[in-house]
Amino acid sequence: MDKKDQRFIVTFHTTAEAMALEDLCRAKNLKGRLISAPRSLSPDCGIAWSAPPEEAGKIKAAVKAEGLEVHAFHIIEA
Amino acid sequence: MIYLDNAATTLKKPPEVIRAVCHAMQHMGNSGRGAHSDSLDASREIYRARRRLAALFGCPRADYVVFTSNASEALNIAIFGLFGPGDHVISSDLEHNSVLRPLYALEKRGTSADFLRADKNGCLDYEELSALLRPETKAVVITHASNLTGNLTDIARVGRFCRAHGLLFILDASQTAGSLPIDMEKDGIDVLCFTGHKSLMGPQGTGGLCLREALDIKPLKCGGSGVQSYLKEQPHELPTRLEAGTLNGHGIAGLSAAVDFIEKTGIEKIHAHEMHLMRMFYEEAKKIPGIKIYGDFTGGRAPIVCLNCRDLSSGEAADILSRDYGIAVRAGAHCAPRMHQALGTVKQGAIRFSFGFYNTEDEVKKALDALRSL
Repeated sequence: MDKKDQRFIVTFHTTAEAMALEDLCRAKNLKGRLISAPRSLSPDCGIAWSAPPEEAGKIKAAVKAEGLEVHAFHIIEA
Repeated sequence: MIYLDNAATTLKKPPEVIRAVCHAMQHMGNSGRGAHSDSLDASREIYRARRRLAALFGCPRADYVVFTSNASEALNIAIFGLFGPGDHVISSDLEHNSVLRPLYALEKRGTSADFLRADKNGCLDYEELSALLRPETKAVVITHASNLTGNLTDIARVGRFCRAHGLLFILDASQTAGSLPIDMEKDGIDVLCFTGHKSLMGPQGTGGLCLREALDIKPLKCGGSGVQSYLKEQPHELPTRLEAGTLNGHGIAGLSAAVDFIEKTGIEKIHAHEMHLMRMFYEEAKKIPGIKIYGDFTGGRAPIVCLNCRDLSSGEAADILSRDYGIAVRAGAHCAPRMHQALGTVKQGAIRFSFGFYNTEDEVKKALDALRSL
């Protein structure tokens, strides 16, 4: 599958977690936006972060460095 | 009207607060209830408020800031959520009913409580803390300032005592949040309960609690959370665990603007102005024949002067001040029954003058003139 057909998705337990990740990505100029969480991912929270797959490594590293809590990371077909 | 009842609520708010509430009421969706822009904007505004409050109070994480409708609800969450049968709690005679009544209710369920005694000036003897300590003691729940006399509690000392004995430190900051610096980490505060509409100068219907770590607090309410909808219990993650139901997003937007105003103005500047007015009033009021002032004026204080005029009922005096001089003060029992017992004012009540950032020297002079004529 071509990477352009994929999305990197972060799911959350709470809305506050989603807001924290959005702030972090904005501060670090990481691409992505908040979307309705895909039901196929069985998310806890109705919103999720969607980003190009090439951002996955940077976002995971930033989440770890900042000690943010998230539900899970996923790669899905767009 | 000269408004000197700021310890009840600050009547005058920064214009930024009013604008923020009006804007939110025109644009804000329901936080956490969708991924459309109106809902997301609400979530962003509320999260920004969490960040600002966390920074103001030295709370380590924005998601450890839990919103409630007032300080009473925050204190109820902390007290009912942390203690059970067999636990012992230390509190004080300075407390408001928002602390006392939850503790009294818990006493009926097997929790015990002891209270640091206030002397006739409303001051505490901190040596008594050790005498009240028991093996089953879980926490000290105490106010930062008496809502009656304005005397401050030595929270650094209480914090050290709690750390030394492995106790939780729950602080009622209703009278100080926004006008006095508070640092949860430095002062060893585990749970800080605040109201938004007093010295924080935000809207009524806002308040909350800040946690120093993810304490296991049983939720006071269960219900809609916008997340984990198929879970039969309240989600475990903060702040959602303690925030069932739609938040007061409009009010929180105003509170956020208020915290921003306080940060930009400077908490020290706000406190210095309020203390100047309080001291100016106190120094002249104490010279007026027949005026009895309560509390200790030698140490740290909130901007409150509490007094009585001869044997005049406090309610009657407040009515004269309102009707004849246009001065708004609080009279009566002030929801602090143990403090009235300590001060000997159960029957007469007391007249409370409380000063805020928007009061002026001219208003203080007019209030003194009115007091002289009572």
